[in-house]
This record gives sequence, C-alpha cells and structure tokens, in this order.
Amino acid sequence: MSILEIDELSVAFDTEGEIVTVVDRVSFDLEAGETLGVVGESGCGKSVTALSIMGLLPKPSGRIQGGDIRFKGESLPSLAPARMRDIRGNRIAMIFQEPMTALNPVQRIGRQLAETYFLHQPDLDDDLVHRRCLGLLDQVGIPAPEQRLTEYPHQLSGGMRQRVMIAMALAGKPDILIADEPTTALDVTIQAQILELLREAQRETGMAIIFITHDLGVIAELCSRAVVMYAGRMAEQAPIRPLFAGPLHPYTRGLLASIPRLEDEPKTVLTTIPGVVPGIDELPSGCRFANRCPHVKDLCNRQAPELVVGEPGHRVACHRWREIDA
Amino acid sequence: MSDAADQPLLRVDGLTKHFPIRAGILLRTAGHVHAVDDVSFQLDPGETLGLVGESGCGKSTVGKTLLRLYEPTAGGVFFEGRDVTAMGRAELRALRRDIQIILQDPSESLNARHTVGKIIEEPFVIHRLGTADERRGWVGELLERVGLSPAAASRFPHEFSGGQRQRIGIARAIALRPKLIVCDEAVSALDVSIQSQIINLLLDLQREMNLALIFIAHDLAVVKHVSDRIAVMYLGEVVETATAKDIYATPRHPYTQALISAIPMPDPTADRDRIVLVGDVPSPIDPPSGCRFHTRCRYAREDCGQRKPEVEPVRNGASVACHYWRGL
Repeated sequence: MSILEIDELSVAFDTEGEIVTVVDRVSFDLEAGETLGVVGESGCGKSVTALSIMGLLPKPSGRIQGGDIRFKGESLPSLAPARMRDIRGNRIAMIFQEPMTALNPVQRIGRQLAETYFLHQPDLDDDLVHRRCLGLLDQVGIPAPEQRLTEYPHQLSGGMRQRVMIAMALAGKPDILIADEPTTALDVTIQAQILELLREAQRETGMAIIFITHDLGVIAELCSRAVVMYAGRMAEQAPIRPLFAGPLHPYTRGLLASIPRLEDEPKTVLTTIPGVVPGIDELPSGCRFANRCPHVKDLCNRQAPELVVGEPGHRVACHRWREIDA
Repeated sequence: MSDAADQPLLRVDGLTKHFPIRAGILLRTAGHVHAVDDVSFQLDPGETLGLVGESGCGKSTVGKTLLRLYEPTAGGVFFEGRDVTAMGRAELRALRRDIQIILQDPSESLNARHTVGKIIEEPFVIHRLGTADERRGWVGELLERVGLSPAAASRFPHEFSGGQRQRIGIARAIALRPKLIVCDEAVSALDVSIQSQIINLLLDLQREMNLALIFIAHDLAVVKHVSDRIAVMYLGEVVETATAKDIYATPRHPYTQALISAIPMPDPTADRDRIVLVGDVPSPIDPPSGCRFHTRCRYAREDCGQRKPEVEPVRNGASVACHYWRGL
C-alpha cells in the first residue's frame, strides 16, 4: 500500500505580485519501506516538492495551488497546524544538505536531540531521554557519544553533523525520511559512509526514504525507483534498472549521456544537452524541454505532454517517446 | 623565453605551504596547518594534470601557491625554467599573462558592478594592450569563442546563469592567451547538463591554444575525463600519480583504491566491492606520523605509523607513496 500519495501537486510562489507555478501537477506514490529517488537539476522543483510534503513552504510567498498530498490516506495540506506538527518531525522527518543551517549553533547536540522527545513524547523522564539520545548517536556511528552530547555543532565535522541530523530524524522512528541532497556537500568517502548508514537505518526501522539529489550515481546506488523532474514538471518515473537501461524521455537520455564516467576514454567529447534550463519567468507553454530537445516537433511547442504509461511501472511525459524509442 | 624543448612547462619541486595558527592576545604562532607538504610534479605544454582529493587535502592550496597567491613556505616552482618563488613584482605581473586561474564560483570572481565587457577587457588594460576599439573587438571575439553573444558585453554578471558566468570567467582567463590555466573546482558547482558543456569548451580551447591545465576537483570522474595524468592528494601530500587511464584501472595506493570505490556509479547493475573508509580525515594541524593515511588504511601495518613512505617511481612515469603497495 502507498504510504504517501502526491496527487497532481502544484505549488506557486508569489514573486512581487506575480504568481509563478514552480511545481506543476506532479504525481507519485511512495510505498512503505521503499527508497524513491527524485532527481533533477537546479530549479526543477524537487526541493519545493519536499517542502510541500513537510508543510514547510516559505510563507506567505509559497502555497499549494492545486492537488493533494496524502499520508496514510490523510490529506496533509488541509490538516490543522497542531495535527501537522504531530506528523512533521515524528512520522515524516527531513534532513538537509547543510546540517549547519538546520542545527542550532548555540545549543548542545544533546539538547537538540532530546527536543524531538520533548515535543512528541513529553511524558518520558529525563533519564530515559538521555539514554535514548546516546543510543541514537551510537546507531548513527558517532564515536564517544557521551562526550558528543555535550558538544556544539561547530565542534563536529561535516560528516558527523550529518550523522547528528540523521539521528534527530530517526528519533521519532518516522515512517518516511525525506533526504534533500544530504551528501552533496560531503566528500565521496564520507558520502559512502552516510549512504551506508541510511541503508542500515532503513533495514532496522523499515522506514521509506525519499532521496532528493542531482547525482544519478547516488540514485542508481540507493533507490529502487526514481522520479526525474525538469523545470517544475515530471519528465519520467520508473524503476531504477529500466530507467538507466532504457530511459524514455529525451531529457533523461541527455542527462545520462552527459555524465563523465570513470570507464570513459579520457579527453573525449562529452555528449551535452544544448542550452540552459528556462527561467521561471520564461517557461515555454508546451513541453518545457522543447527548446533543448533534439527530437522537438511543432506539437511539442504547442502542447504540454501528459504523463503516460510507457511500459509497466514506467511513465513518461513526452509526445514522441514511442517514435524516438524505436 | 627558454629554448629548451625538452624542458617541462612547469616543474613543482618540493612545494610546501604551512599556514601559521595564531592564538592568544599577542597572536603568537601556536602551530601550523600543514596544508601542502613536499609536493612535486611536472607539466608539459598542452597537458592536463588532474589534482584530486577530499576537502582539506591541499589541492586548492597547491594551485594558489604556484601562482604566488599564497607565498610558499618551501620548495620551488619553475615556469619555463624560471623560479616563480624568486620573482619580483614586475616579473610576477608578466607571469600572470602566462598563468591564469578559474575558480569554482564565478560570481565571486567577477566584479558585480562591472559590465561583462569591462571584466573581459581588464586583462588587456592591465597589460596595456591595444586601443579601446581593438579591445572591444577582442572582447566580442572572446565572448563568441566561449559560446556567448557579443551583445553580452554590455550586460552585468548577475544577468547570467551559473554556467554562463563560468563562460565569462573562461573568456577572461584566455584573453591573454596564457600557457597554463589552473582550474580550481571550475565545474563543481554546475548542473550536470551544463558541466558537460563547460568541460567540452575547456577541452576545445586546450587543443586550439595548446593550453596546459591543472584541473583541481573532488569529482574523480570529471577529473579523469579531462586529464592526461592525475595526482591524488591526501592531507597535503601526493600519494599517487599515474595516467588518467591507469589510475582508474589499476590504482596502487590504498587511498586511491578507496576513493575510486566510493564514487557512486550511474549504473544500477554495477556490482562493486565497496571500500568504506572509517572515520574522518585527521586534522592537518597535527597530521599522523609516518604514512599520513595509516589511521584509516585497511592494510596498515605497525611500521606505517612510524616510517614515512617515499614517493616511489613505478612504470610509465607513475609514482606511489606506500610501503606495501606491491603486496596489495
């Protein structure tokens, strides 16, 4: 059963009196216990989608314009704030790219970890909270946890801070963890540690993960399915293997072809996607990838393609996917 | 200009850079950050040397020190045979016609108050080249060369996207037809589809101008793609040097092996032996004794913490600094 359903979600921002739709009719489901990747470049709407789920859109400029987000059947956008607070950080937790911006710099690690318990389980006694916090730090592989509890975020390395963030997220034993580029600022060897940690935590708790990244390598490694977004819309959605072996959308194809790979011959010409992502004030009316697409036809400029089922479990938003796939 | 054809364009010899740490009210030197320690390499005209390693390994410091943006603590930098570390102000200014640098965030290196035209024209003005009309023509040509419209000259940096700004930075860097460009994380902040455009542009310019590049980045796949040879750094030292192909196919140093195995591959069918390094990189203020990698090395033996491994030449100009690489 789907634990989370994103149904035709549209999000708009009010920029100096002008309403700009930055996420346009995005739909996907998250199954309990799975890891779903959301991949795309800057400005594709992947982070805004995540913030909408958490009810954390910047106010008053951002708002959900249409569609629904259902967590276990319950519509999140229409929830009372008190009920949403109950879910956020407890049932659905989120970690960010730069833990330093999410951690409080003037509070000790222990205090911040304990906060989840104070908020969501106020009747726990202090001793038990302390032991739980130690257990969490231990679970996320932080050495000398007793000492770390008394330290401040700046005393930790980037990798350790991300571990603390994950510990805080795990405190409420969430059903869903949303990870927004959590390893992007980390070195590869530390990234490998954090990915391993997330996999372990998932094995232990059975939580589902939405992993947001621009890195197709991380998607391939960690996720069972992925959603590809471009300029606020979904381009493609598929299980990982078919997505990498037979991408249907020209954007996904271009993206996969333009990554430098370790097995490539050095100093060869890379495949590129020409041009740049259109700005939010200059979005084309038809397919948003039309101005960069090698397969563009008249229809693409006139009409936005719907997301259709290409192959079982594989959906694509392209007028011409069938022709170019041949 | 030197006439020795067999002489490398750049020879870095035992380059060392320590930053003092000042503490107390008298700001006495309380210790040193060993940012770069005894780094040596050579570079031929038209060649690319990749410098890879994780945060704090000293790769950016190497780039900045060889341009004398930082003063080296010890060691020599020889550009076409001339010792850069001994140059006076006038000589350095002349040198910077030949060596340029491109940084990660072009918005920090491009003056926000100047038009793109003025930014690209600046090197010509500094070096007193051409008339105003000629310079305007050159700016237009440079903009076209990096894939921008000459009309961009009258606009300001903030009107451009990150990838376009990096193109502006490149146009400025190639303005004086340098022989060497240091690219310090030049494509790291760009989206994948833009990154590949900029990499292709750099490779094109290199062929066209016989440019040598020092390509500093943490993404090994990107570095491998642009480099002829790669030097892997760890805690201020070069632990391994080899051709771009060999370093991936047959990494010799345990750190290089771990680094390569940690890169997520965009291939869900890849079945790899992942080496997950334990712990963080130790502090460069008080680096581990002996081999600096021994605290995280899975092959470390007792003497690795006591004896420092020498940089040992192996086949094809490659080298490795590990006591036991042969037996791995």
